Parts: sequence; structure tokens; C-alpha cells
Amino acid sequence: MPKALSFNKDVCTGCRACEVACSFKHFQEFNPVKSNIHVSIYAEEASFVPLACIQCAVPLCKEVCPTGALQKSEVNGAPVINVIVEKCVGCKMCMLACPFGCITVSDTGRAHKCDLCGGDPECVISCNTGALSFQSTEESALQQKRSVVDKFHSHQEECI
Amino acid sequence: MNGWTGKILRVNLTHQKLTVEALDEKIAEDYIGGRGLGLKYLYDEIDPSIEPLSEENKIMFATGPLTGTGALAASRYTVVTKSPLTGAIANSNSGGYFPAEMKFAGYDMIILEGKAKKPTYLWIENDQFELRSAEELWGKDVNETTEWVVEQTHPEAKVVCIGPAGENLVKFAAIMNDKGRAAGRSGVGAVMGSKNFKAIAVRGTNGVSIADPQGFMDNVAFAHEELTDPYMSETIAKYGTADVVEFSNEVGLLPTRNHQQGTFESAEKIGGMALAKDYNLKGASRTKACFSCPTACGRVTKVTEGKFKSSGEGPEYETIGALGSACGNSNLEAVIKGNHVCNEMGMDTISAGSSIACAMELFEKGLIPKEDIGFDLNFGNGEAMVDLLYMAAKREGFGDKLAEGSFRLATHYNAPEYSMSSKKQEFPSYDPRGGQGFALAYATSNRGGCHIRQEVHCVEFFGINLLDIVETGENLDRFATEGKPDVVKKIQDYYCMIDSSGICNFIAIATPNTHVLIKMIETCTGINFGGLDGFLKTGERIFNLEKMFNLKAGLSVEDDTLPKRMLEEPFTEGPGKGHVVQLAKMLPEYYSVRGWSDIGIPDQNKLEELGIASI
Repeated sequence: MPKALSFNKDVCTGCRACEVACSFKHFQEFNPVKSNIHVSIYAEEASFVPLACIQCAVPLCKEVCPTGALQKSEVNGAPVINVIVEKCVGCKMCMLACPFGCITVSDTGRAHKCDLCGGDPECVISCNTGALSFQSTEESALQQKRSVVDKFHSHQEECI
Repeated sequence: MNGWTGKILRVNLTHQKLTVEALDEKIAEDYIGGRGLGLKYLYDEIDPSIEPLSEENKIMFATGPLTGTGALAASRYTVVTKSPLTGAIANSNSGGYFPAEMKFAGYDMIILEGKAKKPTYLWIENDQFELRSAEELWGKDVNETTEWVVEQTHPEAKVVCIGPAGENLVKFAAIMNDKGRAAGRSGVGAVMGSKNFKAIAVRGTNGVSIADPQGFMDNVAFAHEELTDPYMSETIAKYGTADVVEFSNEVGLLPTRNHQQGTFESAEKIGGMALAKDYNLKGASRTKACFSCPTACGRVTKVTEGKFKSSGEGPEYETIGALGSACGNSNLEAVIKGNHVCNEMGMDTISAGSSIACAMELFEKGLIPKEDIGFDLNFGNGEAMVDLLYMAAKREGFGDKLAEGSFRLATHYNAPEYSMSSKKQEFPSYDPRGGQGFALAYATSNRGGCHIRQEVHCVEFFGINLLDIVETGENLDRFATEGKPDVVKKIQDYYCMIDSSGICNFIAIATPNTHVLIKMIETCTGINFGGLDGFLKTGERIFNLEKMFNLKAGLSVEDDTLPKRMLEEPFTEGPGKGHVVQLAKMLPEYYSVRGWSDIGIPDQNKLEELGIASI
């Protein structure tokens, strides 16, 4: 049962602690644009959606990389695509290929993306609401099922 | 510099000239940021006796060294200017996302001076900035303005702006940011309006660097552990500050019908539970946070149908007190709608609600004739309250008088004693007769009627410790006066530091270990306070310079007072029954503890000790 970073938008409050934690971990500065995780804000609906690389099984970034700078490996039970900085030439092909915008080229001229912090993601540590977790995908799916059914169940009770 | 960006953007509207200046490092060390930094520059650059709505006044938008960092709730900035409501120093603090974005763009402070010939807004993208025409925007509300400006600049831009109330120089107009957050008090929005200045949009992609990264992050982790107060970190997270309504009512200090009583028979109808159950979009749970805040006290509410149909941020406790119990209004939908109207028009909910409450009492006592208002204005009339909010923002009819605030309104009708204010600024939703310490704090607050520049009430009846400053158990009988002057002084000095640091005071109060904040600022900036004493001395310097500003602005010992009702009319019911504020018993001792003369003027020795004797 592979682990993955999972997102629960229902409990995210849009505090963006994950963004500052990520940029600090990787760049030693507090700077959301350098973060590998981003929270989209829909304030009027009190809706906040965190998104980071989902470590695709068929990583298009890796497929398209002409220098082999993206490599697939595993950390702490989770598949991860890592950037081999020495091989990266900053051509940005990976940015074109990723459908989620989850890889970018920073002011160092090299690509960066979520590396799961080597198996203990800082964003998860910084998250105060449980919107981010690092767990098996089955567990995440189960929670999602439960949350949908809970809503259905409470409405059903109201109807009765 | 670390923590600070080291840059100030000066915007001269008269000459349409924008310049970047280096932040004075000595001033940064002595005044930190936010409330203190803005004050120091304002004090040095304007004559405090000027007319607040004249071209000579300036507005300082000041962040703190912690703003935009990973510190808890590092989301704040302070708007510092001379207040048109009080004639005293104004320092209105707000959170949301704008303050951090301003820091990411590379500025500790933006100084706004002069007056534009035509409506103008400012667009900043890192080191690029320009003044643009806001003629199309004039008259638009806060939501419309924010959306228009984002459309014209950058989808990720964060916006501060004024609404129609600021344009119309309403004495309690706010400066709004991120639509629903307010630098609310003291009429700072009117100063912005007087300059023909509508908005600032900012986009920043720079980072905030830290002097001692490892030490800083260790402190952040420690702060999370020390965030122990369950009321602030759990209950407020679930219900927002609206939860305080029931509590204040139980202890008998919920302002009711313009402070005629301290208990409201319908408190539970307008409290946190009711708000969560039917109106908050996420029910009884964390809803919307400011930048980097673990508490998320913000509410996002919707009234789906009827005459109070509306949606937006709030209400929080103060708003519910002002638009609810103070107006004798038990209709939560009217409170919510009123809050949303204030947000859209850009008005302080506290002063707006309290001014309407004052008008209601004057009407019921026959002191305002019905023909002046145009309709009946009895307590409990939520519909009239909402109408009056629009009228005040637009200065239509009776709204023109209301827009001057409760003190000027009541004075106009020869009854100033019915304005529940100090230094002409309306009280927040804790009746001072409910605690002698925070009553003294209301009377001596440099910006007038205010709870949040010194949360003495949190110590007096929430029982919160502030490690090494005020311990629970010390002078905690809220109706006692003994020792309170010393407690008030210490908390006022401490809050000067919180408000200058860039973090939210809710987090500071929920983290009773005051050393956390000290270490946070030290590891962030690299400065050394030399322990708690040095830290509080910096706060005391800020407080005393504010006092000097006020004295030069013409305020005096006569202004350190409270309305007759607080001093002479005891509550007739509830747990506060029989109590009045014993101000005369505390004020001389307070001045003495401060090292001030018996008419509240700082002694030369005190000024020398604080390093401000020469100014």
C-alpha cells in the first residue's frame, strides 16, 4: 500500500502555513512563490484547495525530460519523482508537460518540485487542520468515502 | 537586514512621485515595526496638531519583522495616522493576506503623503510601482473595487482599499483588505479618502530572510507547544469570537441598549452557536484563516433569503455586540447583514453600531425628533439599523450626522453623556463596569475606547496568564482596583510589542509564555533585547511616544476619562450589579506607575530613560 501526500480541502482554512514551511525547507526563506505546494483561495465560499505534485505513476515530466534529470524512486513507502539538479539544464520542458503546474524552474535556473522532504513532508508537519496528510492511498480513499457517506447519512437523518 | 526587508516606499500623491528609501536600522531596533515603526515616522514627519483630513496628514502602512514569516499568525500590519475621529494617534491593525504580500514585494512600510488631484490607486509588483487612475472606481464598494483592481493588475494581487464611507469622509471609515479584513478603527479610511486615494494592489515574489533560521524554527515549534489556552485555540477556532457573546452575557458586561445594561435577554440568539448552526459556511469548525494562522477565527456567512440576504466575512464578537445587543437587536440575520454592509461600504462595525445605539437611546429619550431621522428608531429595530448603515456611508439624510460618530452626534443634540466613548472613540463590546482594570485601560488607551491595544480583560476575567508579566491570581478580582494600574501599564507595554511585531495578538494571548515572542523577534531579526525588561522597555518607549503625539495634538488629562454612565450609574441587574468604574481611585496611581506627572505628562527622567527626551 503506497503512501502519498493527500489533500482534504474540506478542512483547509487557507492559512498557507504549508507554503511557508515548504519554501523554508527548500530555500531557507519564507516565500510562497518558491513553495512546491500552493493553496488556491476561494474566500467567498470559504473554500481552500491545496495542491502539490501527486507523484504520477506515469510521470510526464520525467518522460519529456531530455537529460534524464527526473528520476523515480521511493521514500518512506511512497513513490517520488526527484530532480537530479546536476543533470537539469533548466529547459522547462517538464513545466510544459505537467498537467497540474506542479513543477517549476526557480531563480537558481533548475527545476524544483515536491520531493516529499525525503519521507517526512514539512507541509504535513505544519498543517494544523489535517488538510494535509502523508498516508497510504487506500486510507485516503477510505476517508473520502466515509466523508461523502457521512454527509449523505446526516441529510438522510434530517429527512426522516 | 533579516526579518525586515530594509525598504520603505514613499508615495507622494501631490507630486505623483514614488521613491524607495532605506529603513533606518536604529529606528527599526527601537520601534520594531507595525504600530511602533509607523508611529515613529509619523511623529517625525508631521506636526501632531494638524487637521487630520488635511493634505499635511500622512498614512503609514507598516508591517512588522515577523509579518510574512512562518511564525504563528504572522499576518498583521498596522495603519498609523492621525485620527479624524479622535484627533489622537490612530493605529488600526489588520490581517488577511495583504500584509504578507506587501512584505514579499519587498517593503516594510508604505508612506502615503500629500493629496492626489484625481482618484488614484497604486500598483506594486516587487520593485515596479506606479500610480494609476481610479476615476472609474470612485463610488464603488469594497468588493467591486477589489475585483476590478485584481482584474486590472494580477490574479494573485492582494488589495487594500476604501469603500464609499472612506470617500465620504465618514469619521469611522475603515481601510479594508482582502475584501473582508479591516484596519477598522479611528476613521483611518476617511484619511485615505481625503487624499483621493482609493486602493493599493500588491504582488510580491521575494522572500523574507531570517537571521537564525534554525533558532527561529525551533521557536516556531516551541510556540505551537505553548499554544495551550484551550479557549483561544479550540473554542474560538470552532465558533469564532462570536462564542464570547454568551460568556460576556454570563459575566454581565455585554453592552446592551447603549450600555444601559450589561446582560441581554436574547444573547443566545446572537451567539456563536446560533451563528455556527445556521449561517457559517463551515458550521462549528475552523473556517477561514489569515496568513500563517493555526486558529482560523474568521467566519464566512450567508443569509440565503429575506430582507437581510447577504454573504461575506464575519461577524465576530465586537460586531455582534455593537450591531446586536448594543442596539437591542436580537435578529442575528440583521447583525450579519449589517456586518456585510459595513465591509462593503468600508466602515468600522464597532463605531457604526455603537453610534446607532446612541441614536436609538437619544430617540427613545425624545432627544432626537423623529423628523430628523425620518422614521422611528427604537432599540431592536434591525431593519432601521441596516438602513442607517447605508445612510451613514453615503451621508444621506440623518446618516450625515451619524457619520460623525456618536460623540459629535450626541453633542449636536446637547447630550454628549450618551456617547459611550473615550476620546470620542466608541467602546468595544465589553462594558467597562465589568472590570476595573480594563476600564482604566479604556480611559488611558492612546487611541481612545479600545480593548485590543491592551487586552486587560483577557487577564481579568478569561484568567489568562502572561508569563513573567501578569500571573493569574495576582489582583484578579475584576471588581477590585488594587494593583490594577501596574497590571494595565505592563499589558499596554507588552501589547505595543505584539502590535509592532507583525503577529496577531490572539496568538500572543493564547501563548502565555511571553518569552516565545521575544525569542521569535530576536532569532528573526538578530537584535537582542537583553531579556524581558529590555523588551518591555521598547514597548514602553512606543507607548510614551504615542502619548507625546497626543499631548502635542492637544489632548490632555481631561481626555483620559469615561462617560458619566460608567462612573456614576451602576448596573441595575446581572453579575455586575451595583458596580461603577472607580477611575479617580486608579488614575493618579497609573500616572505615577508610568512615571508621568499628576496631569499625565511624561517626566523628563522617564523620557530620558526611554531615549526619547530629545524629541
